[in-house]
Amino acid sequence: MSRPEETLPPDLFYNDRESRKYTTSSRIQNVQSDMTYRALELLQLNGPSLILDIGCGSGLSGEILSSVSPVDGGPHLWVGMDISASMLDIALQKNVEGDLLLGDIGQGIPFRAGSFDAAVSISAIQWLCNAESSEANPQGRLSRFFNGLYASLRRGGRAVCQFYPKNDAQRSLISSAATKAGFGAGILEDDPGTKKSKLYLVLTAGGGQDQGDITGVVKGMSDVEIQDGRRNFRTAGKKGDRRSNKSDITRKKEQMERRGKVTKASSKYTGRSRRRIVF
Amino acid sequence: MKLLTVNFLTCAVKGCKGSAASFPLHFEDAELEQREIGYNPTFLSNILPRLDWDAITTTALELGFTNLPATKPDGSFETADEHKVMRDLHTLLMETEVVQGKMVCRNCGHAYQIKEGIANFLLPNHLV
Repeated sequence: MSRPEETLPPDLFYNDRESRKYTTSSRIQNVQSDMTYRALELLQLNGPSLILDIGCGSGLSGEILSSVSPVDGGPHLWVGMDISASMLDIALQKNVEGDLLLGDIGQGIPFRAGSFDAAVSISAIQWLCNAESSEANPQGRLSRFFNGLYASLRRGGRAVCQFYPKNDAQRSLISSAATKAGFGAGILEDDPGTKKSKLYLVLTAGGGQDQGDITGVVKGMSDVEIQDGRRNFRTAGKKGDRRSNKSDITRKKEQMERRGKVTKASSKYTGRSRRRIVF
Repeated sequence: MKLLTVNFLTCAVKGCKGSAASFPLHFEDAELEQREIGYNPTFLSNILPRLDWDAITTTALELGFTNLPATKPDGSFETADEHKVMRDLHTLLMETEVVQGKMVCRNCGHAYQIKEGIANFLLPNHLV
């Protein structure tokens, strides 16, 4: 399948024609709403909340946020950001309940600290991996976005971003940018290995009960397998004495010499502890 | 754009981060519209601690609303009076929308245009 990210920047790609196509296609509508419900489930909101919709487009996911019934802790109020004026125009015609903002998420999130309870983003953040002008670079845009998002969420708030990375490099580029901004991040994959595989980046902004850990979020959910690739630091630390000894030092010195660095000459005193002097 | 959103928006320009004057944004030539939204007291009490009351008062005064209480209501919903205050707040924050006009940052002077209720926060590259 062709990737729209590689053809044009988002504000030009989603012109009137493409936006109408996107919004009226029942297949896209179905996929989008499934993903929005999944994202809502991952957010675990427990009351009517203020939600930021990143890359809201024509408000497909926003309509779902507004229509959550009071029994399920809704209805939520949302604020949507999108870079495509044509998409927002369709949202206007649909008379959506949330507020709309024309903006580039790669330029930051223009909200004051602690504004939102949560954030959702459906099929948007992979666009950040493309630099559209010579002045912008993907790393900078990603870090501005995640830093802004981190600040605009209240402590303990969560963000769920569904995205389509082009390859593993993009996937790790995005998740590492998120953790650099301070988020506890994890990637959840639905239907892995199939054509309809969906990736969700689940982010927690400090102070939650499951700080920096999404395995707690998905625990108990059906059809979820937890792959914990983290090292267990508690056991890793017990492996032995971490003080440097002679063999460590000579190994490091050899390493440095190989790189062409100048090292101090080795002698019988190398790596020996200093004699304690008592006055 | 709802006045509630305005209470959270700051100037997006890089140099304005951390400057006190960049929040709230100030309205110029604003046109208002009233749009009904279901009253949701749970949402209001959730959002109440996060509101910046000084900013709301400033914005309300700029737009010509003067009947706002001087201090933030505590949202306890105990008396009929408090219920009325929250109702009024709902009307002001959720149902009053700015459809046309511009928002200006007092720090850098950048004006964000609002057209058909959508604010334009796209910045030229040198301001990012």
